[in-house]
Amino acid sequence: MDKKVIANSDKAFVMCNYIFLSIVLMVVLYPLIYIVSSSFSSTSAVVSGKVWFLPVEPSLMGYNAIFKHPHIWIGYKNSLIYMVLGTSINIIMTILAAYPLSRKEFVGKNAIMALFVFTMLFNGGLIPTYLLVNNLGLTNTIWAMVIPNAMAVWYVIIARTYFQTTIPDELYEAAVIDGCRDIKFIVSIVVPLSAPIIAVLSLFYAVGHWNSYFAALIYIKSEKLYPLQIILRNILIQNEIDPNMLVDVRTLLRQQGMKDLLKYSLIVVASLPVLIIYPFVQKYFVKGIMVGALKG
Amino acid sequence: MKLNAANEPIKGIRGKKLSANSKKTTLVRMKEHWELYLVILLPVVYIIVFWYIPMYGAQIAFRDYMVTKGIMGSPWVGLEHFETFFKSFQFARLIKNTLGISLYSIIVGFPAPIILAIAINEAKNRRFKKTVQMVTYAPYFISTVVMVSMLLQLLSPQTGLINNFIKFFGQEPVNFMGKPEFFKSLYVWSGVWQYTGYSAVIYLAALSGIDPTLHEAAIVDGATKLQKIRHIDIPGIMPTIIVLLILTVGHVMNIGFEKIYLMQNNLNMSTSDVISTYVYRIGLIGSQFSFSTAVGLFNSVVNCILLVSVNKLAKKAGGSSLW
Repeated sequence: MDKKVIANSDKAFVMCNYIFLSIVLMVVLYPLIYIVSSSFSSTSAVVSGKVWFLPVEPSLMGYNAIFKHPHIWIGYKNSLIYMVLGTSINIIMTILAAYPLSRKEFVGKNAIMALFVFTMLFNGGLIPTYLLVNNLGLTNTIWAMVIPNAMAVWYVIIARTYFQTTIPDELYEAAVIDGCRDIKFIVSIVVPLSAPIIAVLSLFYAVGHWNSYFAALIYIKSEKLYPLQIILRNILIQNEIDPNMLVDVRTLLRQQGMKDLLKYSLIVVASLPVLIIYPFVQKYFVKGIMVGALKG
Repeated sequence: MKLNAANEPIKGIRGKKLSANSKKTTLVRMKEHWELYLVILLPVVYIIVFWYIPMYGAQIAFRDYMVTKGIMGSPWVGLEHFETFFKSFQFARLIKNTLGISLYSIIVGFPAPIILAIAINEAKNRRFKKTVQMVTYAPYFISTVVMVSMLLQLLSPQTGLINNFIKFFGQEPVNFMGKPEFFKSLYVWSGVWQYTGYSAVIYLAALSGIDPTLHEAAIVDGATKLQKIRHIDIPGIMPTIIVLLILTVGHVMNIGFEKIYLMQNNLNMSTSDVISTYVYRIGLIGSQFSFSTAVGLFNSVVNCILLVSVNKLAKKAGGSSLW
């Protein structure tokens, strides 16, 4: 083919590619911008559809109403507790499972690995699991939120792969000569050397805890224990809005506007913690997926 | 890919590196490393209690479970619950919706991250590339509850953005969430919006692993960019694509409960009711434990068979497979 023709078709391709990616960028960004802008607008602007891109008649009414709502703050607190406690349990369990499986001297690891992996293919289902958790007396306690999902097999596999590839056998042999046994080796060598993977897995687990609502939906009955996501569901999706939050608004039309405004603000407030840390941890998330994809 | 990562080392290790230890008997080795058993005890107990006991408990699908009598005390009824399910008028609808939503998601959602990854890979401006990656990745962190409420807000007939556009052009507003015919598309395309950036990362990793000399050789041979994508990039990431496709198809019956359940309402139930939401509704809300376990079990078994057979097919076709 003629060099010039190639150069031209490549130029066209590069152009099209940039246009395509720009469109993708806008499609992803626009709804997010719209929601943030709406949350900072006034009720009348929201209800009459004046908001298109930037906030109209800027106000903080939605946020003020949220601050008056005690349930939201209880939910925030509960979610934070579940996230910290749950992630700690997850990380400990994952290391305890992954380290022995990464050691080739460990007799029986194939059997144990098979035992673990089989749960990824098949499980007992919702009802038997629920009955078990219920029989153990965990329902409606904080433990129902952190024990039934104490460990994810998929992350155990990632951690094991990491240990296998980054911790050389020589290190263990040297430690044995110095009189170090397995448990001491984990605590003083494996954990410090695995900081990157522990960070990645903590983030994955933590985001999972923060965003999950299913465990709470089936196991938690008492309002005091509701995580944020359940409270969000009640307000945002089931429209259970505390009338106290609408006291300042008199006419019906403005009440509708206030409800919408409240929802926009709540969407922003609820996503804030994760979206704030996101740019800082993004590279770790990407790394985490890469580690997982390593063998593929 | 997931399962490959799990299984490959297991096979590889036995053959290779036993030389140092092979003089010792198994028992001696076990004794020497008794601490490893102590370490893994807790995870094993966890897996047995929270994953294998429910599998054992799934036998209530074949019994008439009564809370007072417990699992073992409840009378056997054989396949009665399965028969009831297969004969119920719900059956056809549930299978149709479950498979319909699932296949639609695969057809649209599976190629999308591949296309995005290739496009990002082709963009040479570093900053732009990073921005696109970061922005498309971000929606992954939005929780399901927030995602669905964003949908509800944006599509609201009174004040939603989409209907504002429709009204702007002088048309009547549409109640998207209340119309059964929109449900599948809303579910699938909002999923594409949320997860494409995340899923593209795996393909980007695979693309960056392609040998650059192949591209150099292609340039010398006078290949256009499109030709390079077709003959170098796509074949290069093919193993990754196949493994992910097996996993996706293997979970065809397992569409997520969380999002569908939140998007359901009385108006769109005819297209939005799927097996997982049905199990939840009749099982936990309606307390028909045995019947809903049977429905769930049917679902798991179909999935398991699918995964194994798709994997076999891929193996036969000579490509990659999970195990």
